[in-house]
Amino acid sequence: MSTSHATPSASARETTEGTVYTVTGGDWDEIAEAAAKGDDEKIIVNMGPQHPSTHGVLRLILEIDGETVTEARCGIGYLHTGIEKNLEYRTWTQGTTFVTRMDYLTPFFNEAAYCLAVEKLLGIEDQIPDRANVIRVMMMELNRISSHLVAIATGGMELGATTVMIYGFRDREMVLDLFELITGLRMNHAYIRPGGLAQDLPPGAIDQLREFVKKMRKNLPEYDKLCSGNPVFQARLKDVGHLDLAGCMALGATGPILRSTGLPHDLRKAQPYCGYETYDFEVPTADTCDSYGRFLIRLEEMHQSLRIVEQCLDRLEPGPVMVADKKIAWPAQLALGPDGLGNSLDHIKNIMGTSMEALIHHFKLVTEGFRVPPGQAYVAVESPKGELGVHVVSDGGTRPYRVHFRDPSFTNLQTMAAMCEGGQVADVIVAVASIDPVMGGVDR
Amino acid sequence: MSDGQTGGNGAVPAPRGNSGEVIDVRRGMFGAKEGGDTSGYGGLVRTVRLPGASSRPYGGWFDEVADELEGALEEAGLVPEEVIEKTVVDRGEITFHIAREHLPATARILRDDPALRFETCTGVSGVHFPGDKGRELHAVYHLRSITHNRLIRLEVGVPDDDPHIPSIVSVYPTNDWHERETYDFFGLIFDGHPALTRIMMPDDWQGFPQRKDYPLGGIPVEYKGAQIPAPDQRRSYS
Repeated sequence: MSTSHATPSASARETTEGTVYTVTGGDWDEIAEAAAKGDDEKIIVNMGPQHPSTHGVLRLILEIDGETVTEARCGIGYLHTGIEKNLEYRTWTQGTTFVTRMDYLTPFFNEAAYCLAVEKLLGIEDQIPDRANVIRVMMMELNRISSHLVAIATGGMELGATTVMIYGFRDREMVLDLFELITGLRMNHAYIRPGGLAQDLPPGAIDQLREFVKKMRKNLPEYDKLCSGNPVFQARLKDVGHLDLAGCMALGATGPILRSTGLPHDLRKAQPYCGYETYDFEVPTADTCDSYGRFLIRLEEMHQSLRIVEQCLDRLEPGPVMVADKKIAWPAQLALGPDGLGNSLDHIKNIMGTSMEALIHHFKLVTEGFRVPPGQAYVAVESPKGELGVHVVSDGGTRPYRVHFRDPSFTNLQTMAAMCEGGQVADVIVAVASIDPVMGGVDR
Repeated sequence: MSDGQTGGNGAVPAPRGNSGEVIDVRRGMFGAKEGGDTSGYGGLVRTVRLPGASSRPYGGWFDEVADELEGALEEAGLVPEEVIEKTVVDRGEITFHIAREHLPATARILRDDPALRFETCTGVSGVHFPGDKGRELHAVYHLRSITHNRLIRLEVGVPDDDPHIPSIVSVYPTNDWHERETYDFFGLIFDGHPALTRIMMPDDWQGFPQRKDYPLGGIPVEYKGAQIPAPDQRRSYS
C-alpha cells in the first residue's frame, strides 16, 4: 500500500474520486489536518460494517462537513442468509426453525407471526387451545423485555455508559434463563409451532416466572435512577434523532419510533391476536419525537410487559397446548430423557409396539408434513421494534410457496437518514441506537 | 389437498371449486420424471388453484372500501373496471388486483381520500408463479389505515418478459427499500424508483435468487460413500 504519511496506521492514496484515507485507529488528528489542507471540505466516512457502534454488520456511509453530517446512507445486506428462500424447501412446521433466526433478539415474535399466518391459511385460528395462546403471549412479553433490555444496554454502551450495559445484560440473562428452562434453548427456540406449542411448560416454571417478575420489578427502577434523570444521559438523547409523525407515516416507521410522536398505535390494541384484547395493559407514548422519548417508552413497555406476564400466570389453566386435529399436531409429545429432548418413550412404545397406523401417521406427518390449502395471508404482530408482518402464500403443498417477512428493523432503518442528516457525527450513534435495528431481521 | 375429494356418486369425481384461478398443474409425485411408474403415483394430477374473484357483497367493511375506491376512481376520471381487474375476498382479507399502469394513481387515492386513508404501506412482497402464464411475477402490497383500523392488499401481476411496474415510492416513501428488495430477489423493475439497485445481494450478482427456477446452490452431502443431494434437488411431495 502506498502511503504519504509516516504512521503505518493511517495511509492515504490518490484516486480519481479524490484522496482516500484508510484509518485504523488513533490517527484522526492527521486525517483532520490533511483534510483541512485539502481543497474539498467534505469527507465521506464509511462507518462499519465492522464497527462496534453500528449494531451488527450495518454500514453507514456518512458525508461529513466538519462535525456535521450532511448526508447519511445505509449499506445493508451483509447478513443476508436467504431464509425466505430456504423456507420454500422445508415443511410448514420446519419453517419455525428458520424464522426464529431472522431477528435473533425477538425469536418468539418471528415464530408467533409465522405460525399465526399458517394457522390463518389452515383456518384453525379458533381451534388453538387457550393454554397455548396464554403461553404464547407470555413468551412474547418476556421476549419484549429481553429485546428492550438489549436496546437500552447497547444504546448505553455506545454512549460510554457501561453500567447501563452491564445492568441490561444482567437482567436479560434472567429472561434467557427462563427461555432455556421452558424451551431448552437461549435463542433459536422453534417453540411456537403451527397449531400450538412444541411442548408444555416444565414443572417448576410457574414458580420461577413469578420469582422473575418479582426480581424484575425491583430491578427496573434502577434504569430510571441511572438514566432517566441523569443530566448527561438526557443531554445526549434529548432532541437527537428527531422524526415527527408525518415522517414516521411516510417512512413506515412503527413501534417505539412511531409512539414517540404521541400516536398510541399498537397492533396488540388495534388488531389483537392471541387474545391480547383480554389483557389489561397500557400503550406508553411520548411527544418528544426523539431518542429520549423512545428510551422512556421502552422502559415503560417493560413495566407493562411484566403486568401482562403476571396476568398470564394467573390465568394458566391445565389443558392441551396443541390443536386437537391429529392431521396437523405433531404426533409425539416431546419428553426430556437422559439423552436430551426427544419423543416420549410412551409414544415410541405405542408406534413401535402396538399401533402400525400410528407409526404410519407419525412417519407421514414428520417427513411429508401437512398440506395447507392454496391462498395467501398477511398477519402482523407488534414486535418490540414495530409491525412485524408475515405474508405467506401456499400452493396447496406441504411446503410454503412463498414467505415474506416485513421486518420492522428493515423499514425503520430507512429513517436513519432523516434522523441524522444535519446533526452531529456523535449523534448518529444515538439515533441509530434509538431505532434499535437488528441486522438479522433487516437482512434475513 | 388434491382435486376430486368431494366427488359425486361413484363416477369421475368433480374437480373441487371451479371458481379459482388455475396457476399451475402438477403431475406425479416425489419429483420422479424418468423410468417406469413403480410407485403408482405417476398418474397423479393436481391443479393448483388460488382463490378466484369474489362477487358482491364482500361483507363487513370490505364493501365500504370497495365503494369508496370505485367512487374515488371515477372522480379522478378513471374507469373502475379497468383499474380493478378483480377483487378477491379470502380468509377475512380483501385483495384488489390492480392493472399496473393505474397502480400509482390508485395508491394515491387510497392514501389521500379521507374515507379510505391508508396512511402506511407495509412494503411490497414478490411472488413468482412460473405456471401463471402472462402474469408470472406478482407484486403484493399491504396497505394499513390507522385512522379506520383496516388492512387491504393490492396485487399486480406482470409477465416475465416485461417485468415493469410503476414505482409507488412517490406516494409511499417507505417502499424505497422494499421495492429495491423485490427488484433484487425477483427482477421486478419498478419504473420511477429514485435508485433501483440491489440491496441484499452484492451489486454484481447475476440472476434473481427468489425466482422459482433459481437453484438454492446447495452442494450434495457425502456420507459413507453415499450422496445426499442438496435440498432443492431432493425428491419432494409436489
